[in-house]
Amino acid sequence: MTRTREWIYAWLLLLPAMSLLALFTHYPAIANLWHSFHSTARANHPSVFVGLDNYRSMVEDPIFWQALKNNLWYAVGTIPLSIALALLMAIWVNNRIPGRGILRLAYFTPTILPMIAVANIWLFFYTPQYGLLEQFLGSLGFASHNWLGTRSTALPALMVVAIWKEAGFFMIFYLAALQSISPQLAEAAAIEGASRAYFFRRVTFPLLMPTTLFVLINAVINAFRMVDHVVVMTRGGPDNATELLLYYIYEVGFRFWDSSYAAALTMVLLAILAVVALLQFAFLERRTHYQ
Amino acid sequence: MSAIAADRVSKSWATAEGAVLAVDDVSFAFEAATLNVLLGPSGCGKSTTLRLIAGLEAADGGRISIDGRDVTRLPPAARSISMVFQSYALFPHLTVAENILFGLRVRRTGKDECAGRLARVADLLGLKPYLQRKPSQLSGGQQQRVALGRAIIAEAPVCLMDEPLSNLDAQLRAEMRLEIRALQRKLGITMVYVTHDQLEAMSMADRVVLMRSGRIEQNGAPVDLYESPANTFVARFIGTPPMNLLRLESAPGGAVIAGTDGPVLMDGGCAAGMLGVRPEHMQLALGDGVRAVVESVEYLGGDSLVACRIGAQTLAVKTPGSVPLARGDATWIRWSAGAQHYFDPEGLRRSAPARRQGATLFA
Repeated sequence: MTRTREWIYAWLLLLPAMSLLALFTHYPAIANLWHSFHSTARANHPSVFVGLDNYRSMVEDPIFWQALKNNLWYAVGTIPLSIALALLMAIWVNNRIPGRGILRLAYFTPTILPMIAVANIWLFFYTPQYGLLEQFLGSLGFASHNWLGTRSTALPALMVVAIWKEAGFFMIFYLAALQSISPQLAEAAAIEGASRAYFFRRVTFPLLMPTTLFVLINAVINAFRMVDHVVVMTRGGPDNATELLLYYIYEVGFRFWDSSYAAALTMVLLAILAVVALLQFAFLERRTHYQ
Repeated sequence: MSAIAADRVSKSWATAEGAVLAVDDVSFAFEAATLNVLLGPSGCGKSTTLRLIAGLEAADGGRISIDGRDVTRLPPAARSISMVFQSYALFPHLTVAENILFGLRVRRTGKDECAGRLARVADLLGLKPYLQRKPSQLSGGQQQRVALGRAIIAEAPVCLMDEPLSNLDAQLRAEMRLEIRALQRKLGITMVYVTHDQLEAMSMADRVVLMRSGRIEQNGAPVDLYESPANTFVARFIGTPPMNLLRLESAPGGAVIAGTDGPVLMDGGCAAGMLGVRPEHMQLALGDGVRAVVESVEYLGGDSLVACRIGAQTLAVKTPGSVPLARGDATWIRWSAGAQHYFDPEGLRRSAPARRQGATLFA
């Protein structure tokens, strides 16, 4: 086969995925950027170029800053915990224990359930007076508490749901990575007298670094993309306590119909995700061992 | 006192079809500073036996002692052993130096001591230029050396090796064989070496334990296994090509090779058994010995392997140089009386029966 023909084949093979990505991902992203420099078209006012006006009003928008802050706390609160939990569960179900198949399935279940259904179940858990959590705490003598209706507990309550859901998903990746580590490494370490903790610190954890990097990127993206639970459980309330970035974009765009401002907010979200991904690749990859 | 002793050790695996005995009532004793080979076909229990000595598996029954100390219930780290794995089991994210020093770090050996020992081991194995590399940047032979280095830096009196050379090419294997043997002698280590390669066993070992189906078939020096195999399994397993085993039957004058009418080889009492003669102990001769028909000739350079048929049985003759024979040619085969092995119908070795006087067969 000549070189030219090889090139043609290569491009033909790339074409289907490329065209779909271009149509539904790249074009919308660029159109969105274009849109964010214009005003929103109203009944009597067509869209005009306004430069950075949308971004300027964003700086002065307290709800935007509140959403950004909430989202940062949400990420900080959910990501390390869900990853640590995922790793623990993976190590546990990787052992030769009876019924581990069922255990693996049980841990993975939160991931395969539809988000909306999950949110509704948790909504019941958190319901004041007769919710599961209330009944349990009530029986222990605690005073009644409106978990989702109180500023200080609404966001943590959402974070618990996210950790519960994400940990099972990440566990699958850790489990796959653990199974690719030769059991002879553990035997070699056992002969040298290494404890399980030492072996984990010196061997298992470093060998899991590529998985951790992958999981971390996914976790960050998921944290900033979270919207379903907010929609079902709190709708951003009370008093914007659970207002997350994507939910705020949804509200601005589809409830206040200010699509240009929503476009500008979207650009900020994309920028955050891009920076986070670049940082992670740049810093972690250097400390990551790839076989 | 022997360095390693196993006394009636057993180990079984639970499988879907029930328990399978991997090691079946095995006993042996190895002297200190010797190289001992556990040999056998795959699935014979040799690796399991090694893992029992290492403590990576727990014995179902019996007693294992190292240096006179009962270690049957001790964890691997408490048995003062080191081990080289078939896959080398190197830590892929650590450099060669860190791999070799892994055990010393676990035991919190001092920095100077570590550096000194590392330098010595690296010198011994020629690993100096590679200390800062990762295992994936090394060739198979170099990885093997790193695994060896990690084992000997511990300076444990016992070193266990599980088919350490099976992933190397033939030439490298021959070199490493000599190197491991020299290392074992130099450091005075008691080594237990598992292999399925009888050549490796014969060339390296002070003592060979040949196993089959979880049991020991023969335990002795390489020369014992070659010169007086305990049964037909040992006779066929040791030596390349394997020993010729010929069925005997009774004829008017005594026992002859089945399917021939002579010459008579021995008394009729042996007729139910087998006669074994190694291919390298047989000679082709003209008009002298047992008549045979050539089946094929395989020229190997230094020697030729001539496959012959006597009656209904085939056998191989190893003869120096090339031979001017072709398929279908008639020839004669002879061998000396000392080269003969007798086995009873169960395949067990028996002492040589009375020689027939005047048998022209014997040189």
